[in-house]
Amino acid sequence: MGTSAKRRMTGFAGAFPEEKASFPVAERSARMPLWTRNGLGWIVPVILIAGWELLARAGLMDVSLFSGPSKIATELWKIAFNGELLAHLEATSVRVLSGFAIGVSAATLLGALTGYSGTARRLLDPLLQSLRSIPSMAWVPLFLLWLGIGESSKIFLIALGAFFPVYLNLMNGVRNVDRKLVEAGLANGFRGFALAKAVILPASLPAYLVGLRQGLSLGWMFVVAAEIMGASRGLGYLLVDGQTTGRPAIMMSSVILFALCGKASDGVLARLSERWLYWQDVYKT
Amino acid sequence: MLRLEKITKRFANGTLALEGIDLEIAPQTIVSIVGASGSGKSTLLRVISGLETPSMGQLSWNGQAIQRAQRAISFIFQEPRLMPWLKVTHNVRLGLGPSPDREDEKLVTEAIAKVGLERFAQALPRELSGGMAQRVAIARALVARPSLVLLDEPFSALDAFNRLKLQNHLLKIWATDRTTLLVVTHDAEEALVFSDRVIVLTGQPGRISEDFFIPLPRPRRRTDPEFQSWKQTILGALDLSLLEESEMLGEKSYASAP
Repeated sequence: MGTSAKRRMTGFAGAFPEEKASFPVAERSARMPLWTRNGLGWIVPVILIAGWELLARAGLMDVSLFSGPSKIATELWKIAFNGELLAHLEATSVRVLSGFAIGVSAATLLGALTGYSGTARRLLDPLLQSLRSIPSMAWVPLFLLWLGIGESSKIFLIALGAFFPVYLNLMNGVRNVDRKLVEAGLANGFRGFALAKAVILPASLPAYLVGLRQGLSLGWMFVVAAEIMGASRGLGYLLVDGQTTGRPAIMMSSVILFALCGKASDGVLARLSERWLYWQDVYKT
Repeated sequence: MLRLEKITKRFANGTLALEGIDLEIAPQTIVSIVGASGSGKSTLLRVISGLETPSMGQLSWNGQAIQRAQRAISFIFQEPRLMPWLKVTHNVRLGLGPSPDREDEKLVTEAIAKVGLERFAQALPRELSGGMAQRVAIARALVARPSLVLLDEPFSALDAFNRLKLQNHLLKIWATDRTTLLVVTHDAEEALVFSDRVIVLTGQPGRISEDFFIPLPRPRRRTDPEFQSWKQTILGALDLSLLEESEMLGEKSYASAP
């Protein structure tokens, strides 16, 4: 009894000798250490800043137009110390994040809908595409008229900016899901919401994440427009304030802070993408 | 019992892929459908699976009409079609449908063991070789213990060595499970290694032109004179003179099929 019963239980695993995957899969630990990978990106900016400082000190640059890095650092330190910087950063970040959240929610809903359903696409996509071609600045006076000069007009302008890249990428991501994978889902009894959850959404995740990153960077662009149109706090306000009071160091501080914030928030999304898309079979450099 | 009555399939573009197919397939047998590309054999399989709806005619499995994909019938495609974001074990679990029971978990383990991939249960599809990936697809098709498995040229994308290995493996699984297998292939030898019955389809439109019952005992040896003579019979029935023409027509109609 022993052998036959055992064979039945274990199937025919014995039919296959020990096997290894056909090609080695890159291990995280085998790649470049984290500090080396991220450190490389600092080399060029550090050289540029050092050169800039040298030119400013040597008097080869008009410091009334281009403040030297040390001057900017001093100004930044000053506003950081009196708490002003934190207030500006907070105001801008809250605007970007709330606008981004609203834009992404609407875009996710509509992008998934128009990607999945041909009827919804034919109904809604032409309208949305024509709205997309309106220049962002054209909305500013209208939003001020409709929503007033307070926070809501700013947040909705940012939401609008974040909406389109997310919407477009998700819609195309859903539309371009491999028919063969969808059929494999259908053949296993998945349809409707179950099919969307098991096959279509995971398959369109790479496109969605690209859309999120583009949307977030547009969010940072639109917040400048929103804050220039009238704000008493925020990095955009800092820029206008520096301009009206004739302090180029403050203006440049604002621009540098925008760059740092944009890069940091994009970095978070980039890391999340890497974590969520670990399954992709891509060539890693 | 699989029963097809006057199955006709016309695609939206007007191509008539199948016309008046009448077929009965007894349970626990292996039946192959052979034909040149464009003869409608894949379409026939997709109609039986419920992935395509017939334009006319009736089909039923064990007395129940087939309208859409169902758990009792599973499908093995030409390519593995694994979800690249799911580990092997989760890919196999997909075969249980959208709402598996908790007790079904042990079916997943069993199915993975059946194809000898226990050590790769936690691997991602990109870490598997072509043959291993197709074995995962076989496990996914068998996990729900279907009574009918449809195979659409399941080994044609594999190299000759892996093809032989998987053919033997599938036959061994069949010897214990006795699941009804319906295999579409363009390889007369593959059809003979497997089948109790070989059905020849000629296009276009696809019609059954021959229906051979193969009395050879199992396991079958490809070198046996009788095996070879059957192979000649089937190749003769495939009407090779028409192959080239139907191949061209076939590629065209397949490409434009929805």
